[in-house]
Amino acid sequence: MYSIILATASRYLLLLLQMFSLFLLFRGHNEPGGGFVGGLVAAAAYALYFIANGIAEAEKLLKVDPFYLIAAGLLLAVSSTMPSLAAGMNVMTGIWFDTGTALFGKVGTPLVFDTGVYFLVLGVTLKIIFSLAEGDLQ
Amino acid sequence: MLFYLLMIGFAISAAAPFFYRRFRAFFGWIAVSFPLFLFFSFSSFYPRISAGEVLRETVFWVPSLGINLSFLLDGLSFTFVLIITLVGAAVFLYAGTYMKHYEHAARFFVYIGLFMTSMLGLVLSDNIAAMFVFWELTSISSFLLIGFSHHKEQSRKSAIQALLVTGGGGLALLAGLILLSGISGTMEISELYPQHAMIVSSPLYPAAALLVMIGAFTKSAQFPFHFWLPNAMEAPTPVSAYLHSATMVKAGIYLLARMNHVLGGTALWQDSLLVVGAVTMVCSALLAFNQMDLKKLLAYSTLSVLGTLTMMIGIGSRLAIKAFFIYLIAHSLYKGTLFLVAGTIDHAAGTRDAGVLGGLGRAMPFTMATAILASFSMMGVIPLVGFIGKETLYASILELEEWGRYLIAAAVVANGLLVMITLVAGIRPFFGSMRRLPSVPHEAPFAMLAGPACLAFFGLLAGLFPDFFMGAMLDRLASSVLADTLTFRIKLWHGFNEVLFLSFLTLLCGMLFYAARVKLLPYLEGRHIPPVLKPSSWYDAALAGMLKVARWQTRMLQNGSLRNYITIIVVTAVALGVSALAGSFSAFPEIPALDVTFYEVAIVSIILVSILVLITSSSRLKAVITLGVTGFSIGIIFILYGAPDLALTTFAIETLGVILFVLVLYRLPRFTSYSTTASRVRDAVIAFVFGIFMALMVLFTVSGELDSGLKRYFAGASLPEGKGRNIVNVILVDFRAIDTLGEITVLAVAAIGVFAMLKLALKGGSR
Repeated sequence: MYSIILATASRYLLLLLQMFSLFLLFRGHNEPGGGFVGGLVAAAAYALYFIANGIAEAEKLLKVDPFYLIAAGLLLAVSSTMPSLAAGMNVMTGIWFDTGTALFGKVGTPLVFDTGVYFLVLGVTLKIIFSLAEGDLQ
Repeated sequence: MLFYLLMIGFAISAAAPFFYRRFRAFFGWIAVSFPLFLFFSFSSFYPRISAGEVLRETVFWVPSLGINLSFLLDGLSFTFVLIITLVGAAVFLYAGTYMKHYEHAARFFVYIGLFMTSMLGLVLSDNIAAMFVFWELTSISSFLLIGFSHHKEQSRKSAIQALLVTGGGGLALLAGLILLSGISGTMEISELYPQHAMIVSSPLYPAAALLVMIGAFTKSAQFPFHFWLPNAMEAPTPVSAYLHSATMVKAGIYLLARMNHVLGGTALWQDSLLVVGAVTMVCSALLAFNQMDLKKLLAYSTLSVLGTLTMMIGIGSRLAIKAFFIYLIAHSLYKGTLFLVAGTIDHAAGTRDAGVLGGLGRAMPFTMATAILASFSMMGVIPLVGFIGKETLYASILELEEWGRYLIAAAVVANGLLVMITLVAGIRPFFGSMRRLPSVPHEAPFAMLAGPACLAFFGLLAGLFPDFFMGAMLDRLASSVLADTLTFRIKLWHGFNEVLFLSFLTLLCGMLFYAARVKLLPYLEGRHIPPVLKPSSWYDAALAGMLKVARWQTRMLQNGSLRNYITIIVVTAVALGVSALAGSFSAFPEIPALDVTFYEVAIVSIILVSILVLITSSSRLKAVITLGVTGFSIGIIFILYGAPDLALTTFAIETLGVILFVLVLYRLPRFTSYSTTASRVRDAVIAFVFGIFMALMVLFTVSGELDSGLKRYFAGASLPEGKGRNIVNVILVDFRAIDTLGEITVLAVAAIGVFAMLKLALKGGSR
């Protein structure tokens, strides 16, 4: 069932929702939000696009297999625990830099960790949705 | 420095496929630079180590638990490091050519690089936890390498066998090490040394010592765990040469030597090692008697040597440790060579069957020269290093008062059998008449000759100038193993004495055994040891039993019905919760004064109505939507109680949940009621009990004072230490990041599981 209104709307909504998900990710440290919910919102954005345009289009839009997102997220999260080792501190100690600008504020390894969570959650959700949806076509 | 060398090792291993794809034609020459780099890096410590210095280095890992990446470079670890990197160089160069015909050869170099680095980490570790991690890493890389030709069933079977035996032993080792750290209160091995007297007198000492021994025996394939090693010959030959003769199987020996200082000196330790080592030495040499495969023959001889090494730690005298040291080096040099030669023969002649091979010498003169040099070392012919090893071995056994006479007979028989194996595997293939072979033999390319030839030549050099090459290290090694320095020098020639006579006797025995073997082989064909006596059949039985239990348990607990799963989980939770809490709360909790707002009443009513619709509906879509309504309402409750993070996540999850449900709905058959009235009543009772249980839990929780200080701590520390005002998020990504890491790993595994399940179901029909 193809709805031209939903299909058109989903394109704009996708962008908006993705921006919203990033917003959630980055504000997470100080305000409600974070990598987990950000990843879920991003996944919901793709899910909406998939409902409107079909699975093939959604996969084409994503360009990579969600497994890569999962792997990248896990790698990012794990590697964010390492820099503290090089600095001579315990593993997983957060390291922070003050960028001094109002836009970014303080940036640190926990943010990298959260970004890893974001990609992993996005990947996991999409992999499950895509696998289920692909099954339907056959 | 040590830490960074290891990290570089892991990084290079991971990068191997990229280089392999680009420089496939001469990859061996690139690969060899990796072990050589490590070899020279470590060699730069030689002056300091030989001067008696012990290098230490600590990188904090989890210091609060005493788990650190602390490393120690002393005589013992230095000896192993040099063996690992030197044999590694020969093997890497060789494998660059040998592995070309294998599929996924790039992976091979990842695995073997991973192995080399983990093995280095194992011998360098000074911390119990770090050592265990590296120990397991070597088991895992060994598993990957044995099963490298994973399309062959025998490979997979052998790989799993090796993993289960060494992995099981690894668990025993872990338990032993934990006991040891419990007794001594430290995780650093070097800090255990001064506590020897206290450890040995502890009531937990026998358990700790036995567990550590089991770990070492499984890894070093001592009787009765020896059977995995001959089966591991399924691996490509460079692996057999490297892991299963020169390095990994010596990890157990290394552990025994390292721990000798901590656990040794008792009858339990010394006698167990002596007996197990001697039994392994003799039995495995006997088992080789009717083997025909070159690699199997060499594998059994490796077992015998491992037994000898264990036995020498068991003897534990200063002379025995000297013999241990020389024998260890000699074996790594000649056995690595002979395995590589066996691979070359296999490569050139297309078979490894000792019964068929012969007359290869004319076609492969350089390989023959290498093989003969290594064989002489293995047989203990003067002036090779193997000769010194055997002389010292005999001398140390003769020193023993009570057991000496029997042991020397056993050692001569075992070494005679080793001579026989050498004659069959190292010398016979090159002489005699050439028979019909699967392919026309040709000399191996230079890359496959250089490595083994160098190793064999080192065996000669070390034999001619033993004191120059090994003298300084011997003292340092002895001080690590015995806490004592040795005053002996290593000499090639000791004059005409009893020991020299025994050496000749050994060679004579070997030739007699060889003649006997030729005569007896036809009679032995088709005869087998009864399965009851074979530890490998015990292993098979144990494995079959375990699988049976697993299948039974799966049938009982995980029969595929989701309803069943939930029932089991809920009933278990309630039963455990009630039994745990039954005693601690005596009075029924006070129900707090209710101060409800209009919103709360409204939300709760919505939830109740939607649940009512949910359980009575006969349409799946309706059920999914009402479930969504319940979820969103709970999210609103979170908002009302000031938990916006939870609410956000709940909303997102519920939205996606509905989408997932709809996707699944699509593939389900038409709705029919499967459940009987009785089972519905049962489920209703369980649901009510669970609901009441949860409600009571909440009441108890709010009525009591459960202030643990955590709330205050997190609220106070969030901004100054975590640099964030959102406490929930700071806990998730900073204070409790390791939990989150665990959770997201589980998520990733779950996604793979879902994917695999769906793909399997699609391929295999309805399963």
